[in-house]
Amino acid sequence: MVLDISKSINKVDNFEKITGTAKYIDDIKPEGCLYARTLRATIPCGRIVSRHYPDMPEGYAIVDHQDITGQNFVKIIFEDMPVFVEETVNYYGEPILLVVGEDKATIVSLMNQISIQYETYEPVYDYVDSKIHKSYIKGQGEAVFDKAYKVIEHTYETGYQEHVYIEPQGVIALYEPDKVSLLGSIQCPYYVKNALMNVLGCNEEEVRVEQATTGGAFGGKEEFPSLIACQAVVASKKMKRPIKLIYGREEDMAYTTKRHPAKIKIEAAISKDHEIIGLRTHVGLDGGAYIGLSGVVLLRAMIAATGAYTINHLHITGDVYITNTVPTGAFRGFGAPQMIFAVEMMMHHIAKELNEDPSTLRMKYLAKTGDVTSTSGHFIEPIIMEKMIQRAMEISDFEHKIKKHKHERINKDSHKGVYKGIGMSWFLHGCGFTGSGEQVHIKAVVRLKKDELNRVHILVAATDMGQGVKTTFRKLIAHKLNIPIEQVIFENPDTDKVPDSGPTVASRTMMIVGGLLAKAADQLKHQWNDQKEVMVEERYKQPEHIKWDDETLQGDAYPAYSWGINIVEVEVDPVTFEVTLQGVWSVYDVGKAIDEQVILGQADGGLLQGISYGMLEVMENKDGRVQQKTVTDYIIPTAKDTVFMETELMDNPYALGPYGAKGAGELTLIGGAPAVALAIENAIGKHVTRIPVVPEYIMELMKNG
Amino acid sequence: MVEVRFELNGETVIAKEDPTKRLLDVIRTSFGLTGPKEGCGEGECGGCAVLIDHKIMNACITPLGNVHGKSVVTIEAFAKTQRGQTIRKAFEAHGAVQCGICTPGMVIATESLLHANPHPTEAEIREGLSGNLCRCTGYNMIVKAIQSLVEKEGSLW
Repeated sequence: MVLDISKSINKVDNFEKITGTAKYIDDIKPEGCLYARTLRATIPCGRIVSRHYPDMPEGYAIVDHQDITGQNFVKIIFEDMPVFVEETVNYYGEPILLVVGEDKATIVSLMNQISIQYETYEPVYDYVDSKIHKSYIKGQGEAVFDKAYKVIEHTYETGYQEHVYIEPQGVIALYEPDKVSLLGSIQCPYYVKNALMNVLGCNEEEVRVEQATTGGAFGGKEEFPSLIACQAVVASKKMKRPIKLIYGREEDMAYTTKRHPAKIKIEAAISKDHEIIGLRTHVGLDGGAYIGLSGVVLLRAMIAATGAYTINHLHITGDVYITNTVPTGAFRGFGAPQMIFAVEMMMHHIAKELNEDPSTLRMKYLAKTGDVTSTSGHFIEPIIMEKMIQRAMEISDFEHKIKKHKHERINKDSHKGVYKGIGMSWFLHGCGFTGSGEQVHIKAVVRLKKDELNRVHILVAATDMGQGVKTTFRKLIAHKLNIPIEQVIFENPDTDKVPDSGPTVASRTMMIVGGLLAKAADQLKHQWNDQKEVMVEERYKQPEHIKWDDETLQGDAYPAYSWGINIVEVEVDPVTFEVTLQGVWSVYDVGKAIDEQVILGQADGGLLQGISYGMLEVMENKDGRVQQKTVTDYIIPTAKDTVFMETELMDNPYALGPYGAKGAGELTLIGGAPAVALAIENAIGKHVTRIPVVPEYIMELMKNG
Repeated sequence: MVEVRFELNGETVIAKEDPTKRLLDVIRTSFGLTGPKEGCGEGECGGCAVLIDHKIMNACITPLGNVHGKSVVTIEAFAKTQRGQTIRKAFEAHGAVQCGICTPGMVIATESLLHANPHPTEAEIREGLSGNLCRCTGYNMIVKAIQSLVEKEGSLW
């Protein structure tokens, strides 16, 4: 088997998924299972003064905070979010209790008989209550602003983005006298396990968490499922029966985490000879009612403050603001999409204000191998962006189109024809956890077990949520050991069977977990014994040359970076201001694709999510309530809203990744919004400073400048 | 309770249930066919698509009573047919599946489209899939899978 590992194979789960036999969480109904439904707060801020519960018929019960035997908070990072409201309500829709029982209609009628009285307080929706503040400097920091000839300042705003995994959230708590088992549509079995131990006040052996085949996640099933898993197991303990808690679409859209809205103010210090000498940037994130992962999201946003460029002097600050709205959380890109949008627009806007060609100006600051990163670490691995940019411009005919569209605008009454524009984004994404996350917090462990039949079992907590890790990990081990893929077994992770290899997030799965598995495979090769079972283990060790200081935010924020270019061409209707895609081109450096088709699938899907984040997806919060709660109101693209995308992958193997692989899943999303926003800006000739760039916003720009 | 008699995956069945019940609940719960998925519950996402008299319908907004005397085919049975297997192979070859939750509906949409129009253009394929949402793939690999069917397997439809 000397094939190039990138050569695509038939994905291992294709058959069961296409034939409808794969079992997702809602397809499973254990014997004796009860249903559960959540009663939610109907005020955005205040406290519960009294509750009236009806008499419950046999087999039905209310499960609330009083049923919790451990601690009433969802263990994520901070201890601020309760599993069930005790008294204080911090957002509209916050869960107060579950009603459980056998018949769904009876549950609903019982819920209607519950009454809760509140005392309401004045809610906060503005960016005023900072719960997390971080800052770092590079070089002389803001001192360079004293030397500036002029300062260019812009503020960029981004909205919510809803994951819209097509399978809504869902878990099933299974009941055994001495053990609680949780089966769920989840990304991170060990996050859920830790949260369950905390809410039950029990030890490790008493809790087991298993992933069910997961119908999409995109970060939405990273930390959120811990909340409903806690609720379901508390109910299961009380009822001594299995409990099924599945969200409908409206409940899912209104009350689960979303991408953080952001306000990003960037000031650029410009020298007399038009050099960008420094940036002063503040990013504010709307964390919603509870902190959750917001601090980590903020950090990734702040570290991305110079995007794909090298700027020598920086003063970067950021805040997570708490508001009386649904908590925001993990979403593919994790703070980077907001910041990369702002940086790409800013570089473009600086060029315009200095009357320079944007591509030429950006090229001057493009990061090169060996450069000092935003956090004063180093880009150690080779950067091949110049080659990638050249290639992307070739395949899209970028320069010719820029000239052609400009010529058409000048020589034609544009209101009679359509506006045409093309935009290009350059970006990077740090692979793996930020800073010391892998080393200090995650401490990944992986195992490989060779059984007596010479089958090799992959024992890791990594979950396949569509990104194809079931296929790529098996392929990786089969290649490493030179055995047929059928001999490699990788089941949905179960915490009783697999060690904690960390969560399936942060573009870390192939590079970090896959990297450890590749090392384990080398070990196994040496210890291979046809006659007996062999178990090998690998633990994560930070490469010696990677240094990071959590206090000052100085050093190498990531062990490696993936890079990308997106080019988007659009037409804007001069009457309705509707935007239609005309062409999409991308070039990526993900080190080495473990399966080309899997990466191209990530590229297509991730970029469409990024583009629609930039031009289509509107979610608003009014008086603390999400306004778009169905897929009819919250528009995601259909097959008609996209075009064929041309994508090229560059080989640039990373020495410490398996076969050279780096991260890929998030990278493909983060350049979409700036590319399409720049294309629209190019078409209409106005400054775009917020996303999504919907027709209403374009009309506002056209009328008011 | 009235008796609703219909053909389900080639067999005549009788459902003694409230005729206003959603067809999706009846086929998933009473008949244990979990291939059709509930993604939105309002007829927008196409995850629950089935063939009713060979036309794609969303089972989540179809009352049981509406299928009285009709034929209902779910992914479970369709996947076993020659066309079903041919579509599966095209989806496999073109990377059309990621998380898979929309896939049964996409396969049903493909069959419905090709049954009505064996030689669709790219625009017609996109139109034919526009009632089915997918959040993973960006659709293009599904469109390419169908294009390959049009090119190579046109005679099957």
